[in-house]
Amino acid sequence: MIDFIARRLVAIIPVLAVVAVFVFLMLRLTPGDPAAVIAGDNATSEQIDLIRAKLGLDLPIWQQFFIWISDILRGNFGESFFFKKTVTELIAQRLEPTLALSICTLIVAVTTAVPLGVIAAYRHGSLLDRVVMGFSVMGFSLPTFVIGYCLIYIFAIDLGWLPVQGYTRIGADFGGFIEHMILPSITLGIIYVALIARITRASVLEVLNEDYIRTARAKGLSNRVVLMRHALRNAAVPILTVIGIGIALLIGGAVVTETVYGLPGLGRLTVEAVLSRDFPTIQAVILMFSVVYVVINLLIDISYTLFDPRIRY
Amino acid sequence: MSDQKPVLEVKNLSVALPQGGDRLHAVEKVSFTVKPGEIVCLVGESGSGKSVIAFTIMGLLAKALKPVSGEILLQGENVLAANEARLRELRCTRMSMIFQEPMTALNPVMTCGEQIDEVLRTHTKLDTTQRKTKIIGILTRVKLPEPERIYASFPHQLSGGQRQRIMIAMALVLDPVLLIADEPTTALDVTTQAEILKLVAELQEGQGTGVLFITHDFGVVAEIAHRVAVLRWGELVEMGPTEQILSRPQQPYTRMLISSVPSIHPAHRGVRLEKETVLRTEKLGKTYAGKSFFQKARVVKAAVDVDLDIRRGETLGIVGESGSGKSTVARCIARLIDPTEGKVFLGKTEIATISPSKLRPHRRKVQIVFQDPYRSLNPRITVGDSIIEGPMNFGLKRGEALARARKLMETVQLDPNALDRYPHQFSGGQRQRICIARALAMEPELLIADEAVSALDVSVQKQVLGLLDEIRQRLNLAVLFITHDLRVAAQICDFVAVMSQGRVVEYGAAEQVFGAPKHDYTKSLFAAAPGRDWEFGKFATA
Repeated sequence: MIDFIARRLVAIIPVLAVVAVFVFLMLRLTPGDPAAVIAGDNATSEQIDLIRAKLGLDLPIWQQFFIWISDILRGNFGESFFFKKTVTELIAQRLEPTLALSICTLIVAVTTAVPLGVIAAYRHGSLLDRVVMGFSVMGFSLPTFVIGYCLIYIFAIDLGWLPVQGYTRIGADFGGFIEHMILPSITLGIIYVALIARITRASVLEVLNEDYIRTARAKGLSNRVVLMRHALRNAAVPILTVIGIGIALLIGGAVVTETVYGLPGLGRLTVEAVLSRDFPTIQAVILMFSVVYVVINLLIDISYTLFDPRIRY
Repeated sequence: MSDQKPVLEVKNLSVALPQGGDRLHAVEKVSFTVKPGEIVCLVGESGSGKSVIAFTIMGLLAKALKPVSGEILLQGENVLAANEARLRELRCTRMSMIFQEPMTALNPVMTCGEQIDEVLRTHTKLDTTQRKTKIIGILTRVKLPEPERIYASFPHQLSGGQRQRIMIAMALVLDPVLLIADEPTTALDVTTQAEILKLVAELQEGQGTGVLFITHDFGVVAEIAHRVAVLRWGELVEMGPTEQILSRPQQPYTRMLISSVPSIHPAHRGVRLEKETVLRTEKLGKTYAGKSFFQKARVVKAAVDVDLDIRRGETLGIVGESGSGKSTVARCIARLIDPTEGKVFLGKTEIATISPSKLRPHRRKVQIVFQDPYRSLNPRITVGDSIIEGPMNFGLKRGEALARARKLMETVQLDPNALDRYPHQFSGGQRQRICIARALAMEPELLIADEAVSALDVSVQKQVLGLLDEIRQRLNLAVLFITHDLRVAAQICDFVAVMSQGRVVEYGAAEQVFGAPKHDYTKSLFAAAPGRDWEFGKFATA
């Protein structure tokens, strides 16, 4: 087990190296000059050159790369071109809303999707099953921003139950925090509910045909015990896998949701950074995301062992 | 025994099949009884309805199947009329069931102790310590070593035989009056099978449990049954005391079935003539090694120092229990896996170490027929295309390949016009014939049959064995026959190699190995063969 975790953690290094080179080159190869953006529309070419020299963008690409890499190895992610702050500070500031949104979404998605999937599998072929599956097709097809604005219109504007936009820090006012999280997590969660419910249904359905389910029935156990204790735990591995992929994808989905609900999170930071060609910020955010992906995958792999004693690393 | 009230009475039971099946009823007007302390065997080939009867009694029938008439009385109570809650109460308290596959019948993510504990928690009001005591008690009764350790073990940490003991413990922990055993030893090795049969007989005798034992194996019937019921296509053909059914069967079907059981005494086969060697292995070995950073690597020796040789026109059998390495050897010979030690000579060419590109022309010469005819043919390709794919791959034109396929279909006694059909349109036995035709289409020098008849019903098995032997004679083929079934080996092999734990422990002419086994392991294998003392009559099948 320790062996496995050590190997997986070591494997992060090559992943990061590839991501680093790739992100760096892609940014340099895409059109658009940060110096021109900073200087504004009326700047002369001398002013732009000056800014470029200040940012180090006049050096050859390989030199820029080595400066950047050696800074990172010393823990320095550089300074944002625009926000006049170090990138580390910037990310730290924006982390909380994104983290909060991701966790709330996950809670909403898993607690709705898993029971729905189990019930659909148990009653497969019934009306209930078809309703759940129909809903999940809808969940896949509706774009996040459509769902978002519909929910705002109904619950915030029409009924006035919840705030339209904005964010309250969890430390400042917990009630306010929850109020601000409900609509965004439902919006972002719907597609995951669809995805996880589908996978849960499929894998529970498969497990229900297993011999040990028949054994459990032959023991005289009730349907609820057979489903929850015997079927669900055995169906856990594919469900966990999808939840893991879901967490990784959440960060991408957060961009739109954060924009719709005006949450000052990492998703919006990324969009702002990309639009203004803020190279250090984009690079740092993407590197961070790739670390998160790898670590989440590792955590998911480890969590398999909690559900299935046959899996050992 | 005879004057006691039966624990189970099945009266006039019919179970309907869903519409569009090949017949109307899975079970039709079947009646029989099981008395306390009695073992009744239901025998029949696949599709005879024997398992359907068992599941109907337990109330575990698939939704598509419906009991339409008759009654099933468990100590006088009609279980067909019982509701779901009542059925749940009866299960494990008055009637219990054990299944064929101990490997899959236990929940892999719960410890064995927890799984037995569930029964007690559901059906009794015992507290934690009382339950634990009771479980350790039953684990001891089914003769599991170190009950405390077994209690905390997960199923995958136990052997097949141990898992079946757990199932038996779970079924008998509340002393039910009826135990239904659905092919409980079919998936087990012979030595394990013998132990489990002995255990079931001991336990039921001690408690006076009535047992309904379902099997397709007449060896097992001879070993365990008091009375036998023979089923065919859902109907009861014949029923009576074991001795009477086995030695004086009345019905032609029963006669045919019993005559099909291969004898354990080898047929006299010609002695070896010094002929061309087709295959020879020299110290063949296969070692699997896991790799690890910190811990010591796990090493499994699947085959060690295997020396075999097969001449043209001969059948060499490799017999052994699961995990003995017999399939590993076959796969090394066919180079489906790479051997780690030793040499394999195909004719004069050494093929164990040559490069894949040089190996390719030799691939044609070794062909395999696998165990499961339901899974070894691609379901989306017509059988004709399956047969001609190999020869065309080696340069034969489509027309010529098809002509060869038609001829081969005749060789395996199938209709040559059926080449454009798909595998699902054939029965198991027919599919295995197709697999044989597919192998022969390559004009091999060596045919490997890896448990090729193990999945077939005994009457079909007899036909396929006959066919294989006929083909061997006609084409003067060398055959490597892998099997766990001693009876089958006795009938088809000229020479036999007995394998245990990766090594060949005894190797010689079939008559010698079967007639006067030398090695202790071989002796224990024969001692465990069910029904070994019973010479199944060869009745004239009128």
